[in-house]
Amino acid sequence: MDLSDTTEVEVARRAARRRRTGARVALYGLVLAFTGMAAFPFVWATITAFKRNQDLYNRANNPFVFNLDPTLEHVDLLLSGTAFPTFARNTLLVGVLVVAITLALSLPAAYSLARLDMPWGGAMGIAIFFVYLIPPSLLFISLSRVVATLRLQDSVWALVVLYPTITVPVSVWLLMGFFKTIPREIEEQATIDGYSRFGAFARILVPLAFPGIVAVVVFAFTLSASEFIYALAFVARTSEKTISIGVPTELVRGDVFFWQSLQAATVMVAVPIALVFNLFLERFITGFTMGAVKG
Amino acid sequence: MAIVEVRALTKHFDGDVHAVEAVDLATTDGEFLVLLGPSGCGKTTLLRMIAGLEEPTAGDVLIGGNSMAGLPPRARRIAMVFQSYALYPHKTVLQNIVFPLKAAGMAPDERRRQAQWAADLLGIGHLLDRKPRHLSGGERQRAALARALVREPSVFLLDEPLSNLDAKLRATARDDLKLFQRRVGTTTVYVTHDQVEAMGMGDRIVVMDKGRVRQVGTPGDVYRHPADTFVATFLGSPPMNLVRRDDVVVGFRPESFLPKGVADAGAEALTVSFHVHRVEYLGSERHVIGTVEGLGEETRVIAMLPATVSVDVPVERSHEFVVAAGDLRFFDVGSGLRTERQRL
Amino acid sequence: MSTPPATAAGTAGTAEPGGRYLLDRKGFLARVMLLPAVVYIVALVAVPFFLAIAYSLSDVTVGDPSFDFVGLRNFATVVGDPTFRRALLNTVLITVVAMALVVVLAKVLALVLVQDFRGKWVVRLLVLLPWTTPTSLATIAWVWLLDSLFSPIDWVLRQLGLLEGNLYWLGNEGLAMTSVIAVQTWRIVPLAAVIIMAGLSAIPSDINDAAKVDGAGFWRTLFEITIPMTLPVIAVATLFGAIVVFTDMAVVFVLTRGGPVDATQVLSSWAFFRGIQGGDLAQGAAIALFLFPVLLVFAVLILRSAKRMEVM
Ligand SMILES: Nc1ncnc2c1ncn2[C@@H]1O[C@H](COP(=O)(O)OP(=O)(O)OP(=O)(O)O)[C@@H](O)[C@H]1O
Ligand SMILES: [Mg+2]
Repeated sequence: MDLSDTTEVEVARRAARRRRTGARVALYGLVLAFTGMAAFPFVWATITAFKRNQDLYNRANNPFVFNLDPTLEHVDLLLSGTAFPTFARNTLLVGVLVVAITLALSLPAAYSLARLDMPWGGAMGIAIFFVYLIPPSLLFISLSRVVATLRLQDSVWALVVLYPTITVPVSVWLLMGFFKTIPREIEEQATIDGYSRFGAFARILVPLAFPGIVAVVVFAFTLSASEFIYALAFVARTSEKTISIGVPTELVRGDVFFWQSLQAATVMVAVPIALVFNLFLERFITGFTMGAVKG
Repeated sequence: MAIVEVRALTKHFDGDVHAVEAVDLATTDGEFLVLLGPSGCGKTTLLRMIAGLEEPTAGDVLIGGNSMAGLPPRARRIAMVFQSYALYPHKTVLQNIVFPLKAAGMAPDERRRQAQWAADLLGIGHLLDRKPRHLSGGERQRAALARALVREPSVFLLDEPLSNLDAKLRATARDDLKLFQRRVGTTTVYVTHDQVEAMGMGDRIVVMDKGRVRQVGTPGDVYRHPADTFVATFLGSPPMNLVRRDDVVVGFRPESFLPKGVADAGAEALTVSFHVHRVEYLGSERHVIGTVEGLGEETRVIAMLPATVSVDVPVERSHEFVVAAGDLRFFDVGSGLRTERQRL
Repeated sequence: MSTPPATAAGTAGTAEPGGRYLLDRKGFLARVMLLPAVVYIVALVAVPFFLAIAYSLSDVTVGDPSFDFVGLRNFATVVGDPTFRRALLNTVLITVVAMALVVVLAKVLALVLVQDFRGKWVVRLLVLLPWTTPTSLATIAWVWLLDSLFSPIDWVLRQLGLLEGNLYWLGNEGLAMTSVIAVQTWRIVPLAAVIIMAGLSAIPSDINDAAKVDGAGFWRTLFEITIPMTLPVIAVATLFGAIVVFTDMAVVFVLTRGGPVDATQVLSSWAFFRGIQGGDLAQGAAIALFLFPVLLVFAVLILRSAKRMEVM
């Protein structure tokens, strides 16, 4: 193109504007398509949650609108007529304890592997990574015996004890990445300033790895909330179930699902977790990249 | 070949950052124009707006006399070398160099020929099969230049291309770059914060500060006739001495401030009493640091005596120093702008 | 914690024998700080893992927990069982098809999410939902979406005149498998996209700018710059996703219970039905162990890609 030719430049400018408009349209088209695909089941669930039975169970009705007035009776039923609050309490309890155990085990371990330069450190790091790849589906059969031996069957405590085996390897991996990005001089300065090496870890490095800790907390909590296999295999008593296993197995009478209450439960659990995740997404992404790249 | 012009070009980033503020500039054809200014003054932003990588908040960029508004970088026939070189790490040097040609739809063997020509011109013809991470800093810089020049752009935009090189390499790279530019004769806008680079390479220098242009001129011009106190103190090392006298600031370069009798300063020369505190011997020259008395406010100033001046200047004593009348500069106290000569 | 001041960084502790400066000694600290995690994992992962291998070579059942060695008999029985073969095939099929879809969709989604557009925050929230929602609950929403009588998809098809009656999504073998694959793809795409986004944002902005200046348009930049530079991250995202899908049982369990007639059984669910519900721990363990070799391959591939990321 000849830049001193005014008409040519004008033609190019128009082409560029058309392309930009096209790109915008394509972008918003994709945004809508993806959002629609991702959210459709939840939108459907939300509509369902407020429907009256006569409205819901009528095949002639348009399922996407309220043919009768919406009602809160099924949300009410979920909160006061089912064990859902118990499941929620159990999930919170398991989540909090698992987060605590995960941090207590993985922070020192990650520091040891990232900073204390033992000759076996590298191999140990890889070994821990491999542990992550031994999934619950491979272990739950034999663990049923271990759980029985520990007298933890049918108790949330079985989950409190078992979930850290999934969260710790990932968290160690993640935190190692964070520790490696903190300059050694900071820690060395602390040891010169009169702290022991452990003191430097506890007072300087742990606070500095805070973004990594946030990522670990979010990860460990959501994992505890969503884990399914262990919960299904080891906890059968209603009062001990968590949300992820209680909702699909208990909100049924005979063969009849409480569809509205079930969908209400799904939405009520899904939205807060997604909110928290969205809040920490950037941190999570950095955590992941650092763990993966530096690990 | 083309003339680059910007008119009232302005860029504000959100959060009230006025990166570039109403800049007017025009190159001449084939000129080597240097943008010089302290870090954060908006040089890169200005360059990126010329390239079309940044949308101006206001104002216009013209290349070859036509407004580039709404045109993407690739329609502007510019080539740019980034401070980081921005070589594609997964491509070999050859693949890097032919990338713009591929985008332009050139035939493969023609591409290869062009790339070889560009690489040979810059002396990296033997490195074509290497990946960037196996190149030294100087070689990377050449590869980036080769990628920029291979499709014979109408304008070169260079953003501190030498700042990642060590001092010695930088000196030779400076020569090479300047010679190369003269050979191809392509209009070039060159960003730097290094005044030596700017003075040595620029046909003209644009001195910027806080997003505004303070002065445009040849290296000799901006050095000898600074438009304001910012330019006066930004250029030159040590910088121009400034002494306040009532509502005017008197300026003189350290090298024009000499002991009386050393050089013939002419009849109208300014003679002052210079109380010397300290002398630094730097081999080829001496820096004499002290305060001038009787000119205006007592101010710390520096005199720079070349090694050829062997006069003894004992410390903690006052000496008579002179400045030739033609070497005195005057600035307004309030605005800092140059004002007409005054009688002292 | 009040510890005596160290004399110098690094070497201070090792010079002192005895308990003083113990908390400065690298070797001591390294072991003590790692030990709890290692003990925990050995006790609850390594031990059950070897126990699983032992079980698979024995005749242990829930009713008769005594351990008798039976060699490879369980594996022979398991492999001879057509349901197992179906489950193995299904597991592989679901993983492969879902991941093929995930790679493409996640790459596109990641490219979309790094752009600037209005309402990005809400879009991100909604797009993440399938991944952040506990799998079993997300699947419940799908069960209702695919309901044999009240599926809104069927309703739409009926309105369009494309369908009489119902499709019975989860009652028909082909449709049930399609549904399982759809749900797996749906919930893994956000995870993979988030990982790929990390890779995209790690590309220096100068590189993208250089491509623009060099005259590359969207597609050329995509295929010559973006994809090659994020290839290792895409690989990691895909492998992580593959592991999740490969070992998952929640989707199948909640969506179809392995039905109709075991047509959608996968290894994990079949191991559960056999080992826990059927009480045959030995066979359950043998079935689950078939996951292991594939996981090992995944692990090695992930480490390779991660290493390649480091080089770039
Ligand atoms: N994308 C951006 N968003 C917000 N502020 C920006 C952005 N880019 C630059 N700035 C700000 O604009 C100002 C000018 O930046 P610019 O990079 O142009 O400076 P520069 O003269 O090139 O400096 P240097 O010599 O350090 O490269 C700075 O204050 C910078 O912080
Ligand atoms: Mg800059």
